[in-house]
Amino acid sequence: MPKPGIVGGVVAAVLIGGAIAAFAVTWRPAIDAIEPPAPQSFDPALVKRGRDLAATGNCSDCHTVPGGKAFAGGLAVPTPFGAIYSSNITPDADTGIGRWSEVAFQRAMRSGVDRAGHHLYPTFPYDHFTNVSDEDDHALYAFLMTRTAVRAAARANDLSFPFNQRFVVAGWKLLFLKGGTYKADGTQSAEWNRGAYLVEGLAHCGACHTPRNVLGAEKASASFSGGDVDNWRAYAINAQSRSPLPWTTDALFHYLRYGWDADHGLARGPMAEVAANLSLVPESDVRAIALYMTSVFGPPTQTRVSEASATRSEIKSSEQPAPADTPGAAIYHAACATCHDSGRPLPYSGINLRLSTALSAPDPRNAANIILSGIRPMSGERSPIMPGFANSMTDDQTAALLTYLRGRFSSQPAWSNAEQIIRDARRAETVSLQNPSAAAPAGPMQRDKP
Amino acid sequence: MNSPVNLDRRQVLAGGGALIVSFSLSDAFAQDHAGAPKPPGSLATSPYLDAWIRIDADGITIFTGKAELGQGFKTAFQQIAAEELDVPFASLKVVTADTLLTADEGYTSGSQSTQYSGTAIQNAAAQVRELLVGEAARRLDLPAETLKTQNGAVIALDGRRLAYADLVADNMLHVEAQPKSKLKNPATYAVMGRPVPRVDIPAKVTGGAAYVQDMRLPGMLHARIVRPPSYGAQLTECDTSAVEKLSGFVKVVRDGNFLAVVAQKEFQAIKAMKALSRAATWKEQPGLPKQDDLLAVLTSLKSNDKIIFQQSDPSATGQRTIEATYTRPYQAHGSIGPSCAIGQFVDGTMTVWTHTQGVYPDREGIAEMLKVPLSSVRLIHVEGSGCYGHNGADDAAADAALIARELPGIPVRVQWMREQEHAWEPFGPAMVTKLKASLNDSGKIVDWNFDVWTNTHSMRPGGAGSMLAAQHMAEPFAVPEPKPLPLPAGGGDRNAIPIYKFPNAKVVHRFIPAMPVRVSAMRALGAYHNVFSIESFMTELAELAGIDPVEFRLNHLEDKRGREVIEKAAKEFGWQKGQKAPPDRGYGFAFARYKSLAAYCAIATEVEVDRETGRARLARAIAAVDSGQVVNPDGLANQIEGAIMQSMSWTLYEAVTFDDTRITSIDWQTYPILRFDAVPDRIDVHIINRPGLPFLGSGETGQGPAAASIANAIANATGKRFRDLPLTKSKIKGAIDA
Amino acid sequence: MTTLKVNGHDHEIDADSDTPLLYVLREELRLNAAKFGCGLGQCGACTVMVDGKAVLSCVTPLLLLKGKEVTTLEGLGTIEKPAPIQRAFMEEQAAQCGYCIAGMMMRAQALLQRNPKPTDAQIRGELQTNLCRCGTHMRILRAVHRAARLMDTAELTTSGEGSAQ
Repeated sequence: MPKPGIVGGVVAAVLIGGAIAAFAVTWRPAIDAIEPPAPQSFDPALVKRGRDLAATGNCSDCHTVPGGKAFAGGLAVPTPFGAIYSSNITPDADTGIGRWSEVAFQRAMRSGVDRAGHHLYPTFPYDHFTNVSDEDDHALYAFLMTRTAVRAAARANDLSFPFNQRFVVAGWKLLFLKGGTYKADGTQSAEWNRGAYLVEGLAHCGACHTPRNVLGAEKASASFSGGDVDNWRAYAINAQSRSPLPWTTDALFHYLRYGWDADHGLARGPMAEVAANLSLVPESDVRAIALYMTSVFGPPTQTRVSEASATRSEIKSSEQPAPADTPGAAIYHAACATCHDSGRPLPYSGINLRLSTALSAPDPRNAANIILSGIRPMSGERSPIMPGFANSMTDDQTAALLTYLRGRFSSQPAWSNAEQIIRDARRAETVSLQNPSAAAPAGPMQRDKP
Repeated sequence: MNSPVNLDRRQVLAGGGALIVSFSLSDAFAQDHAGAPKPPGSLATSPYLDAWIRIDADGITIFTGKAELGQGFKTAFQQIAAEELDVPFASLKVVTADTLLTADEGYTSGSQSTQYSGTAIQNAAAQVRELLVGEAARRLDLPAETLKTQNGAVIALDGRRLAYADLVADNMLHVEAQPKSKLKNPATYAVMGRPVPRVDIPAKVTGGAAYVQDMRLPGMLHARIVRPPSYGAQLTECDTSAVEKLSGFVKVVRDGNFLAVVAQKEFQAIKAMKALSRAATWKEQPGLPKQDDLLAVLTSLKSNDKIIFQQSDPSATGQRTIEATYTRPYQAHGSIGPSCAIGQFVDGTMTVWTHTQGVYPDREGIAEMLKVPLSSVRLIHVEGSGCYGHNGADDAAADAALIARELPGIPVRVQWMREQEHAWEPFGPAMVTKLKASLNDSGKIVDWNFDVWTNTHSMRPGGAGSMLAAQHMAEPFAVPEPKPLPLPAGGGDRNAIPIYKFPNAKVVHRFIPAMPVRVSAMRALGAYHNVFSIESFMTELAELAGIDPVEFRLNHLEDKRGREVIEKAAKEFGWQKGQKAPPDRGYGFAFARYKSLAAYCAIATEVEVDRETGRARLARAIAAVDSGQVVNPDGLANQIEGAIMQSMSWTLYEAVTFDDTRITSIDWQTYPILRFDAVPDRIDVHIINRPGLPFLGSGETGQGPAAASIANAIANATGKRFRDLPLTKSKIKGAIDA
Repeated sequence: MTTLKVNGHDHEIDADSDTPLLYVLREELRLNAAKFGCGLGQCGACTVMVDGKAVLSCVTPLLLLKGKEVTTLEGLGTIEKPAPIQRAFMEEQAAQCGYCIAGMMMRAQALLQRNPKPTDAQIRGELQTNLCRCGTHMRILRAVHRAARLMDTAELTTSGEGSAQ
């Protein structure tokens, strides 16, 4: 990622130029405030539909501080331009969207403009939500307006000039916001189209899984080729996928619906909340998403198929433990193998690391995150638990372990930057490790939950 | 009889001189025992005073057949004895359950320890004091009434002082207890009723040896069991050659399906266990019921039905009738420290150090298993982690004995693994209750029907057949026939008979002998679910009647102490008729008298339900408890707080899971219990002390009321009633989703 | 043979390098406080400190500990000279069976060393790793708050050095 400072200047110039040019076209009027609608005025069935759609849209994840009140905003989302704080979308009259009419709400979803006419930063992924249909916006509105109103004033964004000038966003929109809702592909099945509609729209998968250009917009030519979020790598989920075993529709469905799959492991990091939300929506929607994404992955190449076959054989052969002849190997055998080589089935045991995408990924970020912070138990629910090793392993030991794991369990070349990645991960995770509690101030990295 | 005033202690102890003192107490003890009233508490079964109290050159030692489970008994009994003996608290030593040294008091269970052992100690101490005073009176030639006791001595008005140790002759305390004792006036209590700090806590917070897991005997070896993967699995193959090559390997013990390995060091034993487990092949068979439909499972198994309570008044009829069915899954003790025992077989005697709740019955089982005389087996209780009933402790003791027999002279330490404790402990049985009641026009219950389907809630005492090692041996011992525990205490029907008064009532205990899942006693036994059912239903009926739930209960309760406990809890909570909880919160109330004869407990709760996730969180619990004469108020409060927390965890989270062959909830991932994020803002325990009244067992009195109170609060918060335990967040969310 | 520094003293340990610290402490060094609760890193009963940070000793093999300093509950204080955290737990009578308590105290001690004025929410969050089955949670929280106050008001309360090995 290029340094924000230098690039910022160029970006600023482009955006300001574009914004002035676009001013006439992109200025939006304020929409009149309304009396907050009574929750009873909404049809319960509509509210329930809205609930499912909000789960698909993962609204709660950005609009709720961990341990904070639902949808009351305040979560810091880091961008290369600074941190942006999510807004309060509870129906509070003064600090939330209680005075937003449905027209105002839909305008925000479609074009990223708030009730007062200000442009919203595309951290709110309206470049995806613009695809959402009228009736789904209608249901979402009903859902949000029947939430518990929370008084929580918006936090000022930490953006430097000129990014803190909202009209600059108008230029961005001119370049990158394609209007209109999703158009069905007649050559595909209804289920595929449903999946496409959800993925490109509410589920906004590309917002994390697509790399962004210097202006912070998704690179259309590299859809789903991988992205970064909160110091986690959102893997490539197209033909560039590095998962040792190619994803099948069934595996995708299982992973998204239950938060794990036997061939791929657990949904951790930011995906944990996504999977938790998708466990609540109609099953058919998750199937549709899985079906669409299968086509995004595309059929695996012959190379990948044979590599996968080799991986499966290696796992089946219940290999004898390799000698613990390097520090990394010794650490693996002493600290990891009991769970990761136990043969016990997922999700309540360590994945066989030959199946781990983290170890095949371009950089060791995700692996480092998991090793250092482990997997914390969910409250009162059956859930996997892995101890974190941040306090018992030094950076050198972690690096040695990662090097060994990469070499033993993947066919990719060695990572070159493991030490730096570990230090970054530790610093980032240290924030959440030190303040794991509900009332601690929201840190951008507090995303390894639940 | 003459004797010198000052006796040399050693002479006394050596029995120097024929000092068999005969004496008389104010109430003459009839020589003919038949028909004579029994002395109180466990003195009835162990009447000799020196089974409880010994005075010698080392000081005064109190003996109890009960075990310290973490409830603070050692401290409580020390208080009781110190009070009645008039000695400084710190001067006493307490020895707990040991088949060689202490009385046989069966199991430390059922909240009976203070009632039976505490009472025995209290009376024995009082009678010993009287004996000492009597002896002093004789020696000083003074009337006994003019003497007083203080600080371990008898003191005359003129200041002459005889220390207890100087007074006692070696057999003086070897007399049977009288049915009545001269107990101290509670108004004068110096140490009873005080929050004396627990004697065991200092060691526990500074790394002192405190548990059986901490014992290290010279030459001790480490053993691990390789348990079958499921009930009834048969060991078909076991090639031990690889295991034998491992570092530190000592021995494999195999006896039928019982398989264990012994090694020098603990971690070596663990590695050997893993290797042995890989080398073992088992033949399994499915035999477990449908976990998702225990209601159908339990109500269709054959049951022995018995009407345990019936009352009829045809003139009382009701117009409004409701019915409800409540269910409870199998639930686990979940002791934090997996079970552990050390066995050592020396010179024909098998000694086992164990945290079993019952050293005497467990000893019988082990002697039966080893086919040796009872007298050649000794069990010594050493604390384990909290057991909350019949967990793996008894089995671990049998495991240790079986292995130690193969390594004569060597102490063998058996430590269960976490997964083994979770999979093999006997669970709290699943239960179904069906209730039906009718109200008359004034909102009073006129007809009450209660049916409970349940397995036995105790497989002890069960001899060898109740222990895994004996069940798995090549010549196995059969699992004994389960029997219901007799009323009034009961087992599955514990607290099934309501304390409320109804003109028409019928309570049926449907006892299910078949036990597809291994079960036994878990804290509160049937009372947890029965009180959950009754007290949930009482609030449902109160709602039907349009009457405040607290007032509704009082309308049906005559028991005066029960009424006081209810009023106290309600008052301290701030319970108001017609109250309305804040949004997303609810208030609940519940009450019970444990076993209908032990302690009274009422609990008012405030629960918060998160609409978005369905998660119920206990915000506040206010409890009132009446335990009779309180021995240690802090210990009592600790037990009630603990009961509320534990019951909350059972009620909101817990269910044993299994497929058709294996138990699948085998660790904390798969059997989650409450963690600190669920801890409430506040728990207050208000104790109603009853000076001079008998001790009432309190260790289990909170479990049932806590469950029902929380369920009632959730119903109040959400408008939906939940009757199937556990009340998980997905159940709640599913119900409140529009 | 490995050298391991525990509670301020070096020890020569004769155990395989993959031996979890828990067994080294309990068997080689005969220290009681850290307990076996699960061996899986799920319950916290084995918690000790390594270089001042809380660690689950049951999943920490000896080979990770070269050059590091292990502190156990025994190293904080004794009955005669208890550390603030030990005094606090005694004064609050924060134990029922007590099996989980040593782990709780070490976790809390690591927190207090890092953050001497934790909020109630922060303490609860920190102790999420530790299970208590007896339900002593309210007292444990009170004891940790109390320990924080004790540490705050008096450096002179105790020397803090245990007489452990």
